[in-house]
Amino acid sequence: MRKIENVICPVCGSLCDDITVYVEDNRVVEVENTCAVGRAKFLNYGLHRKPKPLIRKNGELKEASIEEAVRRSAEILTESKYPILYGWSSTSCEAIRVGLELAEEVGGIIDNTSTVCHGPSILSIQDVGIPSCTLGQLRHRADLVIYWGSDPYSAHPRHIERYTVFSEGRFQKSGWRSFIRRLSGKLVKKRLSRVAELILRRKLTFPEEKYALPPYFISEEERKLVVVDVRKTRTAEVADYFLQVKPNTDYEVLQALRMLVNDQDLEVDEVAGIPVRTLEDLADLMISCDFGILFFGVGLTMSKGKLRNVDAALSLVRDLNKRTKFLIMPMRGHYNVTGANVVFTWQTGYPYAVDFSLGYPRYNPGETSVVDILRRGECDAGLVVASDPVSNFPASAAKTLVDNPLIVIDPDVTPTSMMADVVFPSAYIGIEAEGTAYRMDHVPLRLKKVVEPPPNCLPDQEILARILREVRRIRRG
Amino acid sequence: MALLIRNGYVYDPMNGIDGEKMDILVEGGKIVDKLKSAEYEVIDASGMIVMPGGVDIHSHIAGSEVNAGRLLRPEDHAKDVELKTEITRSGVGYSVPSTFTTGYRYAKMGYTTVMNPSMPPLEAKHTHEELCDTPIIDKATYPLLGDWWFVLEYLRDGKIEECALHVAWMLYATKGYAIKLVNPGGLEAWGFGRNVRDIDDPVPYFNVTPREIIRGLCKVNKLLHLPHTIHVHTNNLGKPGNYETTLQTMKCVEDLSSGDKPCIHITHCQFSAFKGVDWREFYSGAEDIAKYVNFHKHVTIDMGQVIFTDTTTMTADGPFQYILHELTGNKWVNHDVETETSSGIVPFRYRRRSYVHSIQWCIGLELALLIRDPWRIFLTTDHPNAGPFTSYPQVIGWLISRKAREETLSKLNKRARETALLPSIDREYSLYEVAIATRAGQARALGLKDKGHLGVGGDADIAIYDVDPRKIDPSTQYDEYVKAFSKAAYTIKEGEIVVRNGEVVKVLDGKTYWVKVSSNSEYEVSEDMKRRFTEYWTVQFDNYPVSEAYLKRSKPVQVESEV
Ligand code: SF4
Ligand SMILES: [Zn+2]
Repeated sequence: MRKIENVICPVCGSLCDDITVYVEDNRVVEVENTCAVGRAKFLNYGLHRKPKPLIRKNGELKEASIEEAVRRSAEILTESKYPILYGWSSTSCEAIRVGLELAEEVGGIIDNTSTVCHGPSILSIQDVGIPSCTLGQLRHRADLVIYWGSDPYSAHPRHIERYTVFSEGRFQKSGWRSFIRRLSGKLVKKRLSRVAELILRRKLTFPEEKYALPPYFISEEERKLVVVDVRKTRTAEVADYFLQVKPNTDYEVLQALRMLVNDQDLEVDEVAGIPVRTLEDLADLMISCDFGILFFGVGLTMSKGKLRNVDAALSLVRDLNKRTKFLIMPMRGHYNVTGANVVFTWQTGYPYAVDFSLGYPRYNPGETSVVDILRRGECDAGLVVASDPVSNFPASAAKTLVDNPLIVIDPDVTPTSMMADVVFPSAYIGIEAEGTAYRMDHVPLRLKKVVEPPPNCLPDQEILARILREVRRIRRG
Repeated sequence: MALLIRNGYVYDPMNGIDGEKMDILVEGGKIVDKLKSAEYEVIDASGMIVMPGGVDIHSHIAGSEVNAGRLLRPEDHAKDVELKTEITRSGVGYSVPSTFTTGYRYAKMGYTTVMNPSMPPLEAKHTHEELCDTPIIDKATYPLLGDWWFVLEYLRDGKIEECALHVAWMLYATKGYAIKLVNPGGLEAWGFGRNVRDIDDPVPYFNVTPREIIRGLCKVNKLLHLPHTIHVHTNNLGKPGNYETTLQTMKCVEDLSSGDKPCIHITHCQFSAFKGVDWREFYSGAEDIAKYVNFHKHVTIDMGQVIFTDTTTMTADGPFQYILHELTGNKWVNHDVETETSSGIVPFRYRRRSYVHSIQWCIGLELALLIRDPWRIFLTTDHPNAGPFTSYPQVIGWLISRKAREETLSKLNKRARETALLPSIDREYSLYEVAIATRAGQARALGLKDKGHLGVGGDADIAIYDVDPRKIDPSTQYDEYVKAFSKAAYTIKEGEIVVRNGEVVKVLDGKTYWVKVSSNSEYEVSEDMKRRFTEYWTVQFDNYPVSEAYLKRSKPVQVESEV
């Protein structure tokens, strides 16, 4: 059995890099330090992967050689007038670099999955900017951590433990102790009520003060965790304070906080159902911290008012810097969606939705973003890398995608790959192939190769490079 | 392919050649005295200027802050696009061009070597990935080390040798070339939203002063025998009255120089040469700085010349960028990097009508004209902070021609025009001096032995400009020179013609220079690092270094250290 240390987990934007992997007979048999999601990936990846590339012939997907699949893909792309190249958030930066070159060569549209998750965040950042940092900065300094519309316990399970409240920093100690104290407080309460119920033979209710800041068990110096969400998430359960907002009212709440932070009075008693007193307390908490961080997730970017929501959050944090140190960071989902934005930007100037049809990069989300192009039925071929738009896109967009010739490069079998005309089962980046990925805070890490891929499964980068060579061969005769 | 460059007017200051008509021979990527092969291409350079390829000591072209600048400015790109051709990739400008465009545009101006001056060590892979996508030019990058916790702690404890060994490790781990300090101490303080006041204001929680950091790293630089000096962006940059901080900074290492060898480089000095108490009572401190530099050989400087245009400011100086955001109300990006540094980005427009901006414009040129020794003042715009690098030809115009300066001066803010010293300065750079300020001097300051000259054995990086110095007077017909320097007739990189008539004709990959220090110490850096690594950073020790695989063409420079 081979033991490989400090492996990077290629699953979510936390990109934990302290994973230990045990390999036997070219198979991962055990992992340490991952969360359950990461563990499942390492142990179960590629279970349904096809052994060879597939090409659709007479309506049926048939096994083919890599060469045949490359040739067919190159034909599709060269015959197309306006192909889209989509995905890119679960592959390596090296592959993305080739993907951009290919998109430029065929004069197509290239877009990544931020178009359907943090697209609005990016547009807002281009409008107002963003004060942010790397995650270690928070581990060392943040004494107030807010997760807004994001539930790290489910989506980025080790985020809190590695980077924020439960991590141990130079100037800030872990919040574990206070959490345990709070927890035992709760248990005591539960036990007492149980006993009381038994004795009194009726249900005892403790009045729940929904919107009041609960008294802290923690001392002043300890970090505080605040969760704002539409429902009580798992993260909310460990929070020092949970503020429940009504769906689609984030904007009002953020704007109200902004006014309070800027010392403006609110002339109302409540905002979106939340008493102003509560908001005042939260605003005070924000102003009085030494170093605050606001993480926001798709709960904010994909709820009503998308762009305005993020705009308000960014502006709130910017304004807070007049009073204290306060930063903000989007919680990115796919492990390399940040890398996709980064590479797109250095090669073309723009983070997603780039149109090469005029021979130079053009960017106009809403016009040059894939969903809109598909909806308008403008493209005539597609290439999808490590993504499943058929499940995620609106039906009309997905329909255009599958009605046209479609190439899919993916280690997994997905609804999209099943509808494709050419399918490349590829190597798992970060398990079967090396490559660079960017953590959600823009820290680049080198993903490792711990096992050999099956013989007919090449890394994305290699497949794309071969298609690009073939395209050039066809075009240049 | 061998080359014979015939009959050009050659400016090669390192070899004392000042516009002599002569031939230059190239073979195997080097300058040679005789061609071995019988087959060679002849370039007729008669009536043209021949110079070593341009060298840029300070230009932000790659890495996380540059890329954040790109992301922030779609409006900047849309107005300046580059089409794909058979051999070149497409891209965008203007102030923060995409990587390919950056490489091509430098080559088109006859520049062949560019230093990227600001790299957060933790994000070094990013910088190198971008440098790989920056074609043609050779490059190197400076890790930001002035606020690194290891440095602060070792210097606080007076452990210079340990500090030196860790710096050597960092140069290796990040594939870096020189020690960069930005507002030393101030960036750590910015971690809590604060700053340091002057070079004797201790860094909060670390009990070490900027002066100790500057002196300490200057000593480290000497111990390690690094090819370049420490590269310093001063404390208080961008604040009225900061010329005093700059003088103190230069003075504080006066005793550390040996002989005539420089031991400190003050970068984009324009931003650090402000006199006065606020933005109304604001004057040029260039004269004081120039006076000091003229009498002290341990300092080199680059200009950071302001260009009147719309640009994007980006530095590691988080607090400075925040102030800029507060002053302008423009959008603002901040990016603090754990244990190491910070950075900020704010779009900015320099306006002729503004008194302050006009004075800033004067300061850069005053520095260049008042400092007598051209080997110690270099042409930069701190790209893109004071203006994009594509404006260099314009700056050359101002240096070689008083008339060119007057032309611009006449459009400046009236009060600035009346109070500035610049209008009374007559000096005009000769082409020989231009060659020093744009290549020879920079190559020497960087310790790049094969660059910046056309002597036998040097790299065949050559720029040929189509303007006849015997027929066209720089002083009066400066615009002919501006034109010629914008579009090289030929740029030759490692013996290959990469640009003809200002157009890229061949694309090749440049080298990345980095310093490999060999030490004779038994002290184990990595053990000490490993112990504290997981406490200090959120990545593992093993995953931190940049492997050589990240460099398309790795060019390690070996140095023997004293430790
Ligand atoms: S938190 Fe994310 S990166 Fe870390 S182990 Fe879990 S899935 Fe992997
Ligand atoms: Zn700079």
